[in-house]
Amino acid sequence: MIPAQFDYVRPGDVAEAVRVLAESEEPKVMAGGQSLTPLLRFRLAYPDVVVDLGGLTELRGVADEGEWLRIGAMTTHDEVIHDPLVAAHCPLLAQATHTVADPAVRHRGTLGGSLAHADPAGDLPAVALALDAEFLVSGEDGDRAVPASEFFQDYLTTVLDIGDVLTAVRFPKLTGWSFHYKKFSQTAQAWAIVGVAAAVRRDDGSVAEARVGLTNMGSTPIRARQVEEACRGVPARTDALREAAQSADAGTDPPNDLSAQADYRRHLARVLTGRALAAAAGL
Amino acid sequence: MTMAPESGTDQVGSPRLRKEDARLITGQTEWTDNIQQTGMLHVAFLRSPHAHARITSVDTSAAMQQPGVVAAYSGADFADEQGSLPCAWPVTEDMLLPAHPPMAVDEVRYVGEAVACVVARDAYSAADALEALDVEFEPLPAVIDMESALAEDTPLVHEGSGQGQGSNKAFEWPMAVGDVDSAFEGADIVLTRRYHQQRLIPAAMEPRSVVCRPDGDAFTLWSATQVPHIVRLMLAMTTGIPEHKIRVIAPDVGGGFGSKLQVTAEEVLALLLARRLRKPVKWTETRTEGFQTTHHGRDQIQDVSIAADSDGRIRGLKVDLLADMGAYMMLVTPGVPILGAFMFPGIYKMDAYSFHCTGVFTTKMPTDAYRGAGRPEATYAIERIVTELADEIGMDPMELRRRNWITHDEFPYTGIAGLTYDSGNYEAATDRAVELFDYDGLRAEQRRRRESGDPVQLGIGISTYTEMCGLAPSRVLGQLSYGAGGWENAAVRMLPTGKVEVVTGTSPHGQGHVTSWSQIVADQLGVPFEDVEVLHGDTRVAPKGMDTYGSRSLVVGGTAVVQACDRVLDKARRLAAHMMEANEDDLEFSDGRFTVRGTERPSTSLQEVALAAFAAHDLPEGAEASLDADATFDPENFSYPHGTHLCAVEVDTETGQVSLRSYTAVDDVGTVINPSIVDGQVHGGLAQGIAQALFEEAVYDTDGNLVTSTMADYTVPTAADLPDFTLDRTTTPATTNPLGAKGVGEAGTIASTPAVVGAVVDALRPFGVRDMRMPCTPQRVWRAVAEAREAGRSEGGQR
Ligand SMILES: Cc1cc2nc3c(=O)[nH]c(=O)nc-3n(C[C@H](O)[C@H](O)[C@H](O)COP(=O)(O)OP(=O)(O)OC[C@H]3O[C@@H](n4cnc5c(N)ncnc54)[C@H](O)[C@@H]3O)c2cc1C
Repeated sequence: MIPAQFDYVRPGDVAEAVRVLAESEEPKVMAGGQSLTPLLRFRLAYPDVVVDLGGLTELRGVADEGEWLRIGAMTTHDEVIHDPLVAAHCPLLAQATHTVADPAVRHRGTLGGSLAHADPAGDLPAVALALDAEFLVSGEDGDRAVPASEFFQDYLTTVLDIGDVLTAVRFPKLTGWSFHYKKFSQTAQAWAIVGVAAAVRRDDGSVAEARVGLTNMGSTPIRARQVEEACRGVPARTDALREAAQSADAGTDPPNDLSAQADYRRHLARVLTGRALAAAAGL
Repeated sequence: MTMAPESGTDQVGSPRLRKEDARLITGQTEWTDNIQQTGMLHVAFLRSPHAHARITSVDTSAAMQQPGVVAAYSGADFADEQGSLPCAWPVTEDMLLPAHPPMAVDEVRYVGEAVACVVARDAYSAADALEALDVEFEPLPAVIDMESALAEDTPLVHEGSGQGQGSNKAFEWPMAVGDVDSAFEGADIVLTRRYHQQRLIPAAMEPRSVVCRPDGDAFTLWSATQVPHIVRLMLAMTTGIPEHKIRVIAPDVGGGFGSKLQVTAEEVLALLLARRLRKPVKWTETRTEGFQTTHHGRDQIQDVSIAADSDGRIRGLKVDLLADMGAYMMLVTPGVPILGAFMFPGIYKMDAYSFHCTGVFTTKMPTDAYRGAGRPEATYAIERIVTELADEIGMDPMELRRRNWITHDEFPYTGIAGLTYDSGNYEAATDRAVELFDYDGLRAEQRRRRESGDPVQLGIGISTYTEMCGLAPSRVLGQLSYGAGGWENAAVRMLPTGKVEVVTGTSPHGQGHVTSWSQIVADQLGVPFEDVEVLHGDTRVAPKGMDTYGSRSLVVGGTAVVQACDRVLDKARRLAAHMMEANEDDLEFSDGRFTVRGTERPSTSLQEVALAAFAAHDLPEGAEASLDADATFDPENFSYPHGTHLCAVEVDTETGQVSLRSYTAVDDVGTVINPSIVDGQVHGGLAQGIAQALFEEAVYDTDGNLVTSTMADYTVPTAADLPDFTLDRTTTPATTNPLGAKGVGEAGTIASTPAVVGAVVDALRPFGVRDMRMPCTPQRVWRAVAEAREAGRSEGGQR
């Protein structure tokens, strides 16, 4: 890699990170570097300072906070996949994280980095959105919590300011729910053409509630609210869920690119949402 | 795993672990980019952002002011000495061969063409200073699509150079055998298809890299190349620097697949920069730079017609080819489709065959050899259309093949394209493959899925391929206007301590020659496998060679090794007879020892003979104080591996996703030296052929930008995308070399693409799908199903 020149700082705590960010012209936070490094390599980013969060052990790990699971922003994908608390209370996140890239990337890439990067083709933003996660942010003006519905603003754009550090993400423990993440990609270890994060709460033979987050169907992750509405109270049967999934592409604005045109993505969203819901419902 | 014997004879055929691997997997390698030289400078190239443009100005002055910059040059600064990059294969006398300056001087003709360069003290400064180079272009029209390139009034790729002669047509190459017209007129069925061979990017693991160091009036050039000997020769011819003043080294080279069978702009410029600056220089491509500027493969449009009787007997074949040369002729650019000309008939007998190829210039990266080079394209066309013919007739596609292929008792057989296939047993390979694959069982499952309207359909694809390799008889290459021969050289030296040095002219870059050659020599000389060292890839160490490509190394280079061993043994026998006071004719040699036939006299080892030769105290009259020999082998014919590949895919008709369910490959590559190396070659070959079928395509937009310029867009599959392959072999030794080997480097790639696409089409046949453009991406498959359903509906919905 031959990036343009930059200074490098490795702060010892979050406060120092926030201070360095505030003092710099055009800083860039670095977590696992798996998305930032390509930007530097292609000279698409010219930061004057790279602030490496790698030394902040306080941002690493999973904690049980009663109603919530708190996952430090610097927790790697691999740690998320193998964490017993995540397995017990947030299996959808573990399942989706398992589809991210390859083992090498998963050992470096972080949950916080994936969400802060906000690539709509990334697998984890749709999961955070579907699960109504909460983002904990430290900045010059102190700490704040941002709901997932407000976090993702646009393509590669979040509410994070240039001086903000995402410190952790809180996921609600959803008891009585079951989940499935369906990723559709051209090769096994690739970005999603379309992905669907589905959560279903069953009430015996019918679906009481469902939540659906879509990957790569617009400039941000998208909640398929119409599908969620349509699922309410339907029989827990494949055909009924498939039918409910027919509106999965409503309100989306999927991209046209090499791997898929928008019409194909819309079709995939409908088919995959039906399948994800059915799988989540244990069908 | 079978345990390999520790030493001595019977090495050939044993799955020895590769001698190369301990070093490779522990990082003790010398890639070109790892090479450091005192005072070494780093080169970065400014590359054209336009597919076609006039260069109106190049201003290097600001770049020169950047920290660390030593020099900056435009193409014009080298116009007098850089010459034109070589094309060694002018396929016709009137072929257009436009000048190809290593750094563009007046005009650029593809995105990525080098326009200017910066030389700096380190790679970072060089890359930074590139941004300060000021180049102005006047855009010219891009020429992207081959058919429109040939239309009237199309802008010319080479107008500016005055060499276009009013057309983008580079050459026409026709060939016809037999009475084609009457074969087609008299046939019950004529089937015509158009197949697209998409453009591919070879994507070797190691990027290209070159280092050049001036040594007095001579130069040492390290390059990530498959062809150090060709590079040396061509650098001398291109730059005028005397050949004996250039030493080319291919250190550890991490894959090539043909993409490093080239003489590149960067190699020439590294040499010229080292000469001008009197300092060592290094250049290493980035991955995107490599995708844009390391030659591409395939890119042909094939119009194919086959004529047959209603009982399935093939009468004739017509092939009309458009082959995209890209912007320039590189080392063997025009020769690639011509190699294919001989392979379209495949393993089938027929009465008549015609082939016509038009080479076309476009404003894209030149194409050139890529694993299989001409043969995958041909094999694809024939294997696909034969399957379609079977469908048209209503015959099982395997049965149709059996009715037409050359039978075992007919070998040697001279096919319609003029090649004499020395040996083969298509029946044996096919029977074994059918059995391993459970052909009948899968056909039954396919019927069930079709009948039940399963959204996941099953398809079976067949490829009963052959190919020509062991490039090549020099005489044939001469007839085809190739600029050099196809021989190979080897030297074998017994050292005084009894160890053996083997020098080979092949240039391995992942194939494991060090191991295989050691096995051959161990058996020939009866010495331990561990006692053999194989030297290669340096024109000073291995001065004679034609390098590695075209599945030639074992067949041609391995044979040279055998011959050199024979000569060493001839010398040794004479000396041993002298030492043992016996008659040469009474000596027997086995397990590395000479014995006197029919006596109990003590034997003499080859090692003892080697020491005696070195000491030279008592040599027979006229013998020299050495035990070594070299040999050059020039094959009399190509070799013809063949085999039967069967592929089963599941196609999700709702999403278009294709999953490889199983893949069986039964190959006949003749004698196998090291079965695990052969398996490795087949695995890698299959992966690359499957990649063409399902995953990879180099896409240019209408402006001539390479859209697939990163690994994220150009989807190279990984092991996770491939099934467990079921591999087996039949062995019908080649009769044209003493090893009986046929070559295996390209077979998997050549065979697999039609098997996979054939399987996808087979799965979708009930919907009315008859062809799929490669790669069969989910989107393409989904659209094909949707369109076929639509067409079926408008036809009255009978399907
Ligand atoms: C080959 C490859 C394949 C991939 N495939 C997939 C895939 O299939 N699915 C998928 O979802 N992802 C994929 N990724 C991306 C991967 O998930 C990355 O881990 C992720 O995008 C970024 O995480 P990171 O920790 O590496 O962040 P970095 O690259 O370090 O940072 C990414 C961005 O987020 C910002 N940032 C990071 N952390 C913070 C923080 N704590 N506070 C504020 N800003 C922050 C950085 O400034 C930067 O702009 C792939 C990556 C690679 C290299």
